[in-house]
Amino acid sequence: MTGRRRPPALLLIAAAAVATGTLIPLGYLAGRALERGWPFVVAELLQPRTAALVGRSLLLVVVVTAACVVLGVGLAVLVSRTDVTARRALAVALTLPLAMPSYLLAYLWVSAYPSVAGFWGACLVLTLVSYPLVLLTTLAALARVDPAQEEVARSLGLGGIAVLFRVTLRQARAAIAAGALLVGLYVLSDFGAVAAMRFEAFTWVIYGAYRSGFNPARAAVLSLVLMVFAVALVIAESRARGLAASSRIGGGSPRPAPLNRLGRWNGVALLVPAAVLVAAVVVPGVALTDWLLTAGPRWNAAEWLGALGSTVWLSAAAALTSTAAALPLGVLAARYRDRGTRTLEAASYVAHGLPPIVIAISMVSLGVLLLRPIYQREPLLILAYTVLFVPLAIGSVRAAVEAAPIRLEEVARSVGRPPLQAFGTVTARVAMPGIAAGAALVLLSCMKELPVTLLLHPNGTDTLATRLWGYSSVSDYAAAAPYAAALLVFAAVPTAVLGMWSTGSGGVRGG
Amino acid sequence: MSISIARLAGVVGAVGAALVFTACGSAMQTEDADRIVVYSGRSEALVGPLIKQFTADTGIAVETRYAGSGELAAQLVTEGDKSPADVFLSQDAGALGAVSKAGLLAPIDAPTLQAVPKQFSAADGTWVGVSGRARVLVYNPTLAPNPPDTIDGLLAPQWKGKIGFAPSNASWQAFVTGLRVVRGEDGAAQWLRAFKAQDPQAFENNVAVRDAVDSGQIALGLVNHYYLYELIHTKGADAVTARNMFMAPGDPGGLINVAGVGVLKSAPNPEGAQAFAAYLVGESAQKYFAQETAEYPLVAGVAPSAEMPPLGDLQPPEVDLSQLDDIEATQELLAQTGLLTN
Repeated sequence: MTGRRRPPALLLIAAAAVATGTLIPLGYLAGRALERGWPFVVAELLQPRTAALVGRSLLLVVVVTAACVVLGVGLAVLVSRTDVTARRALAVALTLPLAMPSYLLAYLWVSAYPSVAGFWGACLVLTLVSYPLVLLTTLAALARVDPAQEEVARSLGLGGIAVLFRVTLRQARAAIAAGALLVGLYVLSDFGAVAAMRFEAFTWVIYGAYRSGFNPARAAVLSLVLMVFAVALVIAESRARGLAASSRIGGGSPRPAPLNRLGRWNGVALLVPAAVLVAAVVVPGVALTDWLLTAGPRWNAAEWLGALGSTVWLSAAAALTSTAAALPLGVLAARYRDRGTRTLEAASYVAHGLPPIVIAISMVSLGVLLLRPIYQREPLLILAYTVLFVPLAIGSVRAAVEAAPIRLEEVARSVGRPPLQAFGTVTARVAMPGIAAGAALVLLSCMKELPVTLLLHPNGTDTLATRLWGYSSVSDYAAAAPYAAALLVFAAVPTAVLGMWSTGSGGVRGG
Repeated sequence: MSISIARLAGVVGAVGAALVFTACGSAMQTEDADRIVVYSGRSEALVGPLIKQFTADTGIAVETRYAGSGELAAQLVTEGDKSPADVFLSQDAGALGAVSKAGLLAPIDAPTLQAVPKQFSAADGTWVGVSGRARVLVYNPTLAPNPPDTIDGLLAPQWKGKIGFAPSNASWQAFVTGLRVVRGEDGAAQWLRAFKAQDPQAFENNVAVRDAVDSGQIALGLVNHYYLYELIHTKGADAVTARNMFMAPGDPGGLINVAGVGVLKSAPNPEGAQAFAAYLVGESAQKYFAQETAEYPLVAGVAPSAEMPPLGDLQPPEVDLSQLDDIEATQELLAQTGLLTN
């Protein structure tokens, strides 16, 4: 019934503007791909190696996404629906791998165990850095599932596992699908892990075409192919989400759901999260300590603090801008679902499936042509971050607003509050933690981002990621180590906030 | 605590406006006569101290942008004549050639060009080489006590599965371009197919190849000569197992590529840019390259680091470095022979 109302024009215009902004790279790519004419495009597409490339990349997406769903959902259930030891601490710790930049994790793994390189190494690293996306969305959804249904199912004689699959997870499937989409898009666009693991996926080839070929037309054609897959993923996700409406009304205040007793299985259940944490935190931590100890850290405090300062402020500004840009579209997607808003939402996701170097080059083009005064200045960099990461914020805003009961807002309006005020005083209040969590996710992603930062950062301004790149590209690991450590420690802060919020509102109690 | 979305939007708008305002403010300060913008494909650790010394010696301030040479070439070609850059300092001749081919480089001042033997600069004088690096075979003496010194020697059955290379690396691709120049398209394709049949191991970059050879993961690697010396500087000579094999005279595997510098036609400060190029072929900069980066100085009278054979002893294949910009055809050939993304 929410779909019946017409979306407010102002909201629609704002949302359309944001979606158009995120499609800038697409326009650039189309121009570049076609500058050599259609025969060139067709010839590139029909190359047997293009098909081989598609096959390899799809295999990576399928394996990593499946692994992330199993791991993310399984761990979410473990910490929110069972009485496993130290549930709450475990939940926060399990979100931490999200803070790990894929290039760093892959590099640390390869330096510790060189034989891990290849397809399975890429799968390992990508799964470790992206399963928390599924974990977080699932935890948030499980918190909103009305426990009354689970209680009813139990009273009708269903066992714990049957309730889990037939009642609980069914209601969380929209959130699981949303998390899986983010993972799929991330795997398509990731460069760091596949490069360090020497797995020749799409992004490696596109980077190669840019870095050593100066061949923008070929890179553009391959990027467009990649984008077709991003579009397919977005469509598949919206199908999978189906009509699962996740808003809850009635049933009083949220109550904790019944917990499954693990009993003597507690120790076994703990093995999985322990293994994940060893792979994602302990192994790279030991390798990093090894870097630090090999030659002793050379720590230039002023340079380090400068990089930290710019990283934090640029990322915070981008998080704020992305969240603001995501509000109209996120609210529309949650409250006024129709063909138009669905298309706008899907459009905003598409750029997220592109490798960041493509976004970077197209922003260079846009910058020199139209925005010359802010070219290689902070605002253009923040704009580029926004184009790159606004889908993360939109997903969070949509989920948060969807979860806030629409009836309350309707009540506020029926007693005479104007629509914007009704939204602001009722829905925004309820949705604020979810929106803030989205902002934290953007903050985190910006802190780790490298290719866009390298091409667009102001001269003389360095971030933790560019410094890390600078030193490790000349294999000066001793100088690189303090930046790697800072990136991990400070990126862990927004991650922990995210984790705390999800677990706090996710029915992960005590323990 | 009611949070008004309108108020939030207002705050965000104000922050955005402030950002644009500050940016315009700082853009206005940038028109300064004694200042140049350098796009550097060489890392700050390598050239940062040299650039500081340039400013100290000449009074010309430098704003430097560090990234990969290929990324910067792509950025310069995308920026076209609107680029804010004065100078492009590149890690290899191919990237300079690509920018030159796009018509973006101005001629280098004659005295600067004349300081360097002409085989190390662009034939049309649009860029000048500042330091040289030789392609070598890095080997692990335990696994390969008698490494080959020609690229055809690599095709012997005993090296099957034991050679590391970096397929997307610019220096490797420059070697293949050189191979095409020396042996022709068919000859190059023939060698590449035989090389592919050796089941060589692909790595992300030269550093990874060198580390794999040093740790004994692989026996041989095709890299540039200075990667080994970098490792020796970091870990100490005793801790390093790997050794360099310089290639036999005239062998295509012994190509000498250069890092070089070009001045943009659109440079806001052309005099400053030419002064920078001149400085890099001066004695102090040349000594710096010899000592700090273990590369070959290109100017007569400056000796390379003691552990390396002198430049005059190396007899590289005769390849015009200006021809190394034809990377697209090289990539095509690599793709066809299955050595790039197949």
